[in-house]
Amino acid sequence: MSTHAKTRIVGASVPRKEGLDKLLGRARYVDDIELEGMWYGATVRSSVPRGFIREIRFDRNEDWNEFAVATAADIPGANQIHLIFSDQPCLADGKVNHCDEAIVLLAHPDKHRVREAVNAVQIEYEPLPAIFTMEESERQDVIVWGADNLLKSFLLQKGDVDSVWAEAAHIVKGEYRTGAQEHLYIENNGMIAAYSTEDGVTVWGSLQCPYYVHKSLLAVFDLPEGKVRVVQTETGGAFGGKEDYPSTLAAHAALLAMKSGHPVKMVYDRMEDLAATTKRHPSRVRHKTALDASGKLLAMDIEVTTDGGAYSTLSSTVLSRATLHSPGPYVCPNVRVQSRSWATNTVPYGAFRGFGAPQAIFAIERHMDEIAAAIGMDPVELRRRNFLHDGDTTATEQVMREPVILDKLLDRALAESGYLEKRARFALENQSSPVKRGMGIAAFYHGSGFTGSGERYLNSLAGVEVTAEGKVRVLVSSTEFGQGTNTILTQIAAEAIGLGYDDVEMAPPDTQIVPNSGPTVASRTSMVVGRLIERACQQLVSELKKHARLDEDFTREEFLAACERLRNAKGEVVSLVRYEPPPNVFWDDQKYRGEAYPAYAWSIHVAQVAVDTVTYAAEVEDFWSVQEVGRVLNPVLAAGQIEGGIAQGIGYALYEKVLLQNGHMANNQMTNYIMPTAEDIPPIHVVFEEIPFGYGAYGAKGIGELPHDGPAPAILNAIRDATGVRFDSIPLLPEDLFAKLGALQSIEQAATV
Amino acid sequence: MKEGCPAIDFMVNGERRTVQAAPMKRLLDVLREDLLLTGTKEGCGEGECGSCSVRMNGELVNSCLVPVLQAQGASIETVEGLACDAELHPLQRAFLQCGGAQCGICTPGMLIAATHLLAKNPNPTMAEIREGLAGNLCRCTGFIKIFESVVAAAAQTRGEAHAR
Repeated sequence: MSTHAKTRIVGASVPRKEGLDKLLGRARYVDDIELEGMWYGATVRSSVPRGFIREIRFDRNEDWNEFAVATAADIPGANQIHLIFSDQPCLADGKVNHCDEAIVLLAHPDKHRVREAVNAVQIEYEPLPAIFTMEESERQDVIVWGADNLLKSFLLQKGDVDSVWAEAAHIVKGEYRTGAQEHLYIENNGMIAAYSTEDGVTVWGSLQCPYYVHKSLLAVFDLPEGKVRVVQTETGGAFGGKEDYPSTLAAHAALLAMKSGHPVKMVYDRMEDLAATTKRHPSRVRHKTALDASGKLLAMDIEVTTDGGAYSTLSSTVLSRATLHSPGPYVCPNVRVQSRSWATNTVPYGAFRGFGAPQAIFAIERHMDEIAAAIGMDPVELRRRNFLHDGDTTATEQVMREPVILDKLLDRALAESGYLEKRARFALENQSSPVKRGMGIAAFYHGSGFTGSGERYLNSLAGVEVTAEGKVRVLVSSTEFGQGTNTILTQIAAEAIGLGYDDVEMAPPDTQIVPNSGPTVASRTSMVVGRLIERACQQLVSELKKHARLDEDFTREEFLAACERLRNAKGEVVSLVRYEPPPNVFWDDQKYRGEAYPAYAWSIHVAQVAVDTVTYAAEVEDFWSVQEVGRVLNPVLAAGQIEGGIAQGIGYALYEKVLLQNGHMANNQMTNYIMPTAEDIPPIHVVFEEIPFGYGAYGAKGIGELPHDGPAPAILNAIRDATGVRFDSIPLLPEDLFAKLGALQSIEQAATV
Repeated sequence: MKEGCPAIDFMVNGERRTVQAAPMKRLLDVLREDLLLTGTKEGCGEGECGSCSVRMNGELVNSCLVPVLQAQGASIETVEGLACDAELHPLQRAFLQCGGAQCGICTPGMLIAATHLLAKNPNPTMAEIREGLAGNLCRCTGFIKIFESVVAAAAQTRGEAHAR
């Protein structure tokens, strides 16, 4: 195992691999690409949340001969977007189940004409009753999906919670809610497609998972594998928002390419992207917790409910991760988690950084502070008494075999933030100030990689080749969208072979060139794919030593000479390896029990918040994040991930509200969907404790999603500390603070008059 | 050349350019479509995100809100004009070293806004940097590494000025 070895390039903050192109403005995003004879596509969408399509009318004043038009009737294969299930149509056929569902596609050589023509298509509906909240869905008065509206449910059980209530010293209940959140990548979804009978379908676009799009297109066009090609273009942010949606957009662009006989570009504007694409699942989590007199957890009874929207998409796996993160980083002998995801007539909710964990962690970490208040214990002490340690078992009976250093992370976070001193000082200062300050913490883990048996099913393949030009090329379908895939995989390959950073390049993310190394999701790239590259490089070096006379110690020139000898003998220099699970990692899908994740990243967040009781604005003044993510492969990139995730988490807590009207996003503009700006983000102090993980690349675990999990509960806990008032829902906007604090102030003023 | 459209003359990155475009066509589209300067990006189309930031006569503007008619005779600076021959602009060097760019889509606009900030104020405080970049949204970095990049570039630029 190489995890403790001294490294040259791994662990160094080498500059981003594709950084120069981005800084010079020459990186080519999908909207920067023009093809010869290209047409432009647009989408006619539903204006009702649910109903039968009675008629599609094309305005006679428009010359439709100039246009290519596609409807469900034009789909050569199955009218479905394949993901986990196949309930979502590519184009609505006879019925719509949410507003902004695609019904008709148009293409024209002029991009302005095609947008205008969207309004020249009228759809007549026979409306059906629609539902918009998980409460309406679970009442089952109106059934909008399947037999019962239930997209998915899980039951996680450890011990027997019901045996505990009678003997418990304390029982504390709470209900916590989170709203939808928009990814707000700055580059909207976009795709270019070409079609020919000889070559089939080719798409170039902004996306995370080339092989998801590939698989989906095979079904829509009923083509053999070799006739679909997916190429990722430079991608301007994703955060999960380009995990599932690009499969839909790719199929739409390809249908128009087939119908028009031209390459077709479809790039959404911001309003369409916000209205029509996925968001984070809204949630409601109920906790009932039993504790003994010393504050030790005895039983956790948890009910996790999410709104999945109109089709199942990724709701089942999001719910699974929410379920597995809902008990928090604590030991408890008796746990029951009942989780359900319900269908509603809104745009399907999808993947978003954290994937159910931010919702679950908001609930448990908010609840821990309410337990502390209810039993009269310090919230830090309550957490410390219940933290998981090495050798403990989780709610799924997973034994913590790797070191768990929550106590150390907590100590460090308290020291760095001056938590105790500040809490005491603010309590005094708040008495005479209209600005109330407080400190809040959150403790949490995030499981790295796919949940349960996921990585075994993915069975990822990745590797390296050496080109005739003497470059080592990394062969992965893992994509770069800002998080640093290109850079860290290059570092790993250079380190494992013993070459320089510039000796390694990334193969183009093109399904005709690279193998399926799995989707770029679930904080799996560094740990899982990185390890595949490390192994592939080791395998290559050992083959060169065995078959191409490479010495034990070698220079760059000797390595390349040996590669040429191997090429002469074998015709190519390629080394591919498949995923191998760490030993003792087994998950029982039926019992929902076992090793939920091969590794966990751990973190403590501390937020310092000021609440202005005149304006009711809450401001995060300072923020600390201490985490253990295994070995840090590139400190600057890693800190950038943490800071960016925290900024999104601050938005989730205090700024970002999706307003639905009839299931349509009413504030689908950057003018009124508000994300934090440069003036809203506090200083963020990032501290890494490193414990190399034996089965990740050079000791790496997952990092990308972890930082989005903690800010919301830490901030709302700080607001509770500042004001003494509990808030259990996010987003928490000034009007929400006013509704509760303003009412309290009025009562106080009335009492003092 | 499009018939019926007036000719618009302006300077782009120090070069004189003439385009024939509808007078209300957005400067953003003229840069991207007529001059093939695709470094300038569209993020929201309504002046909120700053991805399309360029400098026009020394002022920072959202090119999605500027009809090209207004650019007649103007001097425009875009991201493509920042590097001088093979030499990166100090801000580009700093963004590369400090991790100021992640996905890169806001980066051209952010670099232009930061250039504008340092042109007006070579030694900005952190509060001035935050204010100067508040019109440019970045969803990846949480802005911290962008602030560090601007601080580093400002220090380097002042250092060089001293050396002269």
